[in-house]
Amino acid sequence: MWTWFHKLASPPHFYRIAGLTIPWFSWPALILILVGLYGGLVLAPMDYQQGEGFRIFYVHVPSAIMSMFIYSTMAIAAGIGLIWRMKLAHAVAAASAPIGAWFTFCALATGSLWGKPMWGTWWVWDARLTSELILLFLYLGFIALRSSIEDPQRADRSAAVLALVGVINLPVIHYSVVWWNSLHQGSTMFNPGAMSIQMKWPALAMLFGFMLYYGAVLFVRLRAEVIRRERNAAWLREELAR
Amino acid sequence: MTPRRKRMIAVAAIVIGVGAATAVALQAFQENIMYFYSPSQVTGGEAPRGRAFRLGGLVTTGSLQRTPGSIEINFLVTDNAETIPVKYSGLLPDLFREGQGVIAHGKLNDGGVFVADEVLAKHDENYMPPEVADTLKTPQSAGGAS
Repeated sequence: MWTWFHKLASPPHFYRIAGLTIPWFSWPALILILVGLYGGLVLAPMDYQQGEGFRIFYVHVPSAIMSMFIYSTMAIAAGIGLIWRMKLAHAVAAASAPIGAWFTFCALATGSLWGKPMWGTWWVWDARLTSELILLFLYLGFIALRSSIEDPQRADRSAAVLALVGVINLPVIHYSVVWWNSLHQGSTMFNPGAMSIQMKWPALAMLFGFMLYYGAVLFVRLRAEVIRRERNAAWLREELAR
Repeated sequence: MTPRRKRMIAVAAIVIGVGAATAVALQAFQENIMYFYSPSQVTGGEAPRGRAFRLGGLVTTGSLQRTPGSIEINFLVTDNAETIPVKYSGLLPDLFREGQGVIAHGKLNDGGVFVADEVLAKHDENYMPPEVADTLKTPQSAGGAS
């Protein structure tokens, strides 16, 4: 198992395996997202309170879950990179940050569009919205810190420490609607009984589609990173010449 | 102790240390993070006096009164224990209706009436098709606030 692990971490092997894996992520991602969108926007019944307007749920909630899922992946990768001095783990963290930042932005933007008609406001400084905004700043801080340090090893390590410090924000976001009074309602997806399966399955399809999309983009970005780091290696020239 | 073990402890120390610091800080700011006060907290004297704050609760069914010829409305906000009368004139969000959650920003006047300058609707995490909601309402389990 460990030899396999070390083999995976070697750039030529990783480059090849990632290349083979990408279609296995991207195609199912596309299908799941299309099915989820059709299910959510057409098949699912409208809500008894919010009517058709609630359908933004199918983009907002999966995006918000992804924003936290990607941050936890990033933080775990950063921790592995710090402890085992593994360059590939740091590369995973670095490649995840922009994807996570975009999902966070999508969650905030769709939430704002949803909040105006339903709540009556684009934005309030309640615990859930504020902590999600802090998550966006953590992603941006991570990206900025990495790119501001020239030595790649020091950049990896400093950014990894920042990623670990930010982990505390994840339970705060998740429990913000439980611990404090907030305008944002409680969790629907993690509360069995809050939504029937005929309304819920498109959201799950979207969520898994987003996860596979993340996997596909992550591997594309990691391959680009391998090319950048190994640009003078002989194996890469052979690989690209094929 | 191997260097790797040391790094493991350092990583654990960062996460635990920051976690503890955040827990303490959030505990200290507990009141400021609360977005609104419930009617019970207001009658209990926890809400600020003479200063604007937010009041949150359910609009009591049957309490909504519109003033003819103006956009002024009066309604009661309750948490099923205490009730506060609210006066507001302005635009209301789509989801504002009796029996629904509401968060109003404003001040208590001397008569104990909450004069609001902004009213937001709060909804819960339950979504269901209209037919299901109708069948749920017919038996006595109509209380949707749980």
